[in-house]
Amino acid sequence: MPTTSRRVFLKSSGLALVSFGAVPAVFARAALAADGARRRKTVVVVFQRGACDGLNVVVPYGEASYRALRPTIALPSPKGGGRDAALDLDGFFGLHPALEPVLPFWRDGSLAAVHAVGSPDATRSHFDAQDFMESGTPGRKATEDGWMNRCLQANPDGQATPFRAVAMTPNLPRSLAGRAPAVALPSIRGFDLRASAGAAVARGFEDMYAGAVQDTLHGTGQETFDAVQFLKKTDPSRYIPAPGALYPRGGYGESLRQVAQLLRADVGLELAFTEIGGWDHHAAEGAVQGQLAGRLRELGAALAAFHKDLGSRMEDVVVVTLTEFGRTVRENGNRGTDHGHASVSFVLGGPVSGGKVHGRWPGLRSEQLYEGRDLAVTTDFRDLLGEVVARHLGVRDLAAVFPGYEPRPERFPGVLRS
Amino acid sequence: MKVATLPRAACLLLSALGVPPLESAVIEPPAQDAAIVHALNRLGYGPRPGDVARVRDVGLDKWVDSQLHPDRLSDKDVEARIATLRTAGLSSADLIKHYQLPPAARKEFAERKAAIGEGATEEAVRQIRRDVAQKYGGDMEGGARQVVDELQQAKVVRAIYSERQLGEVMVDFWMNHFNVYADKGQDKFLLGEFERRTIRPHAWGKFEDLLRATAESPAMLFYLDNWLSSDPNAPAPGSRLERSRRFGQAAHGAAGPPTSMTKPGQDKRRGLNENYAREIMELHTLGVDGGYTQTDVTEIARCFTGWTINGLGRGAQGRRDDPDPEFAFVARLHDKRDKTVLGQRIRGGGKEEGDEVIHILATQPATARLISLKLARRFVSDAPPATLVDRAAETFRRTDGDIRAVLTTIVTSPEFQAPEARSAKVKTPLEFVVSSVRAVGADVSSASDLARRIASMGMPLYRQQPPTGYKDTAEAWISTGSLLARLNFALDLSAGKVSGAAVPAQGVAAAARDSRALADALALRLVPSGLSQQTRQTIDAEAATGLNPARIAGLILGSPEFQRK
Repeated sequence: MPTTSRRVFLKSSGLALVSFGAVPAVFARAALAADGARRRKTVVVVFQRGACDGLNVVVPYGEASYRALRPTIALPSPKGGGRDAALDLDGFFGLHPALEPVLPFWRDGSLAAVHAVGSPDATRSHFDAQDFMESGTPGRKATEDGWMNRCLQANPDGQATPFRAVAMTPNLPRSLAGRAPAVALPSIRGFDLRASAGAAVARGFEDMYAGAVQDTLHGTGQETFDAVQFLKKTDPSRYIPAPGALYPRGGYGESLRQVAQLLRADVGLELAFTEIGGWDHHAAEGAVQGQLAGRLRELGAALAAFHKDLGSRMEDVVVVTLTEFGRTVRENGNRGTDHGHASVSFVLGGPVSGGKVHGRWPGLRSEQLYEGRDLAVTTDFRDLLGEVVARHLGVRDLAAVFPGYEPRPERFPGVLRS
Repeated sequence: MKVATLPRAACLLLSALGVPPLESAVIEPPAQDAAIVHALNRLGYGPRPGDVARVRDVGLDKWVDSQLHPDRLSDKDVEARIATLRTAGLSSADLIKHYQLPPAARKEFAERKAAIGEGATEEAVRQIRRDVAQKYGGDMEGGARQVVDELQQAKVVRAIYSERQLGEVMVDFWMNHFNVYADKGQDKFLLGEFERRTIRPHAWGKFEDLLRATAESPAMLFYLDNWLSSDPNAPAPGSRLERSRRFGQAAHGAAGPPTSMTKPGQDKRRGLNENYAREIMELHTLGVDGGYTQTDVTEIARCFTGWTINGLGRGAQGRRDDPDPEFAFVARLHDKRDKTVLGQRIRGGGKEEGDEVIHILATQPATARLISLKLARRFVSDAPPATLVDRAAETFRRTDGDIRAVLTTIVTSPEFQAPEARSAKVKTPLEFVVSSVRAVGADVSSASDLARRIASMGMPLYRQQPPTGYKDTAEAWISTGSLLARLNFALDLSAGKVSGAAVPAQGVAAAARDSRALADALALRLVPSGLSQQTRQTIDAEAATGLNPARIAGLILGSPEFQRK
């Protein structure tokens, strides 16, 4: 277990022998800071909860039937040249204009899309599909931990900091649940012991948990105090966004802003989880403007600000977006779309093989559709995630990360430069 | 330091805790009390001031026996407290009628939101929600949020104040075993009845009856989608689909995370839904390795076709004459062909097919084992001794799944009181918060904040999305964020900063000679099972810096020892 190995590391450096009292604890943290808080490779997961309509995000305007299937919500083809048209990507696909803030990254090659990504499981339940995607085991509900946690387990790191894995959510998401330590951090500011309690009480708690060596709580206690102390020392809140990095107001911009703070503070972040909801547009989805456009505008602005904020650090960062499934190819009677199958993912970061829509396009002719109604899945989400964590984080044992399915390089969509 | 110099707050806290004057610094409980403390921690939500002595007076065995028969215990105090919650005890139909935004309001909200859709800020959407709520508020008693808040409050209040401590623990156990997620569509309006009419009356009877009650409950039929499951070749859907569509719209407008609701425009989808068929085997009876196949899942799903909900659609429309949503078997939707379930032939018929499935599943050895294992894990340790699980499973088989008998086997076993079982479990957030409130004897006027604190530790009550329920093993509850939330709660509660939970200031201080005696008294009161050397040293060091009972109590409630039970 990673916790154990970290304890072993501490013990072997002789620090645990003198772990009582304030001064040695500081030494211990200094050791952690020096060894664990080096710059490292990071993957940031963006979960779009609610099933995002990939067909109106990366638009297959080159498909003859696209407009016919979506009479009121189709985006105008870039060929028409209108101000509101989709932004041409490659002569076949276009980007929703609300995502214009990320277009520069497409052009500089740090942003890629993968189309027709999804789960092999046929469920059209948000609830099951999110669960399957987060556990990383489609069709299997008894899986107890999440794929991101198994990533940590598969790559034990004796020098990990308390911030190796962080979810910017009130509770630890299913993706990060499991044996390996992970921090749920709804807000950096709130992550502290009550100031009113005073330093003596904080030290008191620390001593009690340090002394409880027989107890599993011992490790968590130490992690907590390390994390609190670590945050105080690194003080991510002093990292104000870089000039030009304008995060949109609202919850999601705040999440990414705090991830950037943690990264710039070198807290040793390796896996970050963020989520953005509101993609379930059964009615009045809109086209160039409307509900979907509103969500995309927030997402695009947040990603663009994040990229600008991190600057050259994006060389070490890969952001990947996921959504539990896509939506029906045909718009429904309420100018919206219903639950479908495949959707689109974005991959953003320095190591990305960008400027390209990856994945095999399954087509929109009726015989090409999944169950006659939905975009077929041609890239299993585990192959996408497998590629990202194998190539970027060096996770070798993908079978352990995705039990029952081993993502193999020949199936990788090729989103990262090799 | 003399008593006379104690700050007033210290005296009040001491008094509230019922701290007896102590002459010595002994903090280990007498041997016979250790067993009592253990029983109070495991069969209930931890000792209140005076509980150990009360059980000692009655006799431990007698007390355990009384807890095993909760219906014999009066619970007037807790019922009076629950009665102050407006939605507690209301029927599902009343909740839907009076606490769900009416259809016109949902429509207006959707339209106005769509109108400003482009670049709508969260604040703008909130404003629309407020406007709509205000406009239609006169037609409503309250909002859906209040319904869930009061569900949570009722659970916390019962855990704190019920005399039927083991009864509440068992309700919690079964609510978790048969988990239903409040934020899935209408389930927030169905959960009250589910707990009151499905779980409570069957929590101590035969497991098969409990299983059947859950299978027929609107909350479970909705949560695991069986209400939508039908023979793909069933005759024209007519009213049922109409109902499903209207219900879907209703749920669509409701706030909350996404659900697997049927949505408008999706009305052509008809056929088998395997969701419940899988979970009833995997989670409710046999266990994931219980030896069933995909074919069994499909066959069981076919047996349960036509098990649906009556009254929900009209309820969602908010008409005054709405019936309570209730179980209905609709023969037209039922797949009438023969089936084979776990090797047993089931002749095509009607509702009785599902009943037969329930009987088959309830009487499988794997079911006896799973229920026994889960009970032993709850009451004894995360990895309970195999011999105990075997004996409990044997009781299950011998008594046709008599829950009280199985529980009796477990809690009267030598393994239950074995030294290695003492303090072996880490408290869940619910257990930690409730046992803290009980330990300090706080008076709870509103449990909203307590429920919020529990959620902040990772256990939002009635809001566990996956059907697996919450885990009952330590690793699920030990994380940095949640530990920090526990420590802060410990400090806030003892400093009187948890809203709605006051340490009562009554009477005049009991005596404590000095700060060390105070620490002793608090330690014995709050952690009667005893403190470790290290924790003891820490408390003493704090006590040496001055007399601050709130701070000492906070340290003790936040100690590793108090996280365990």
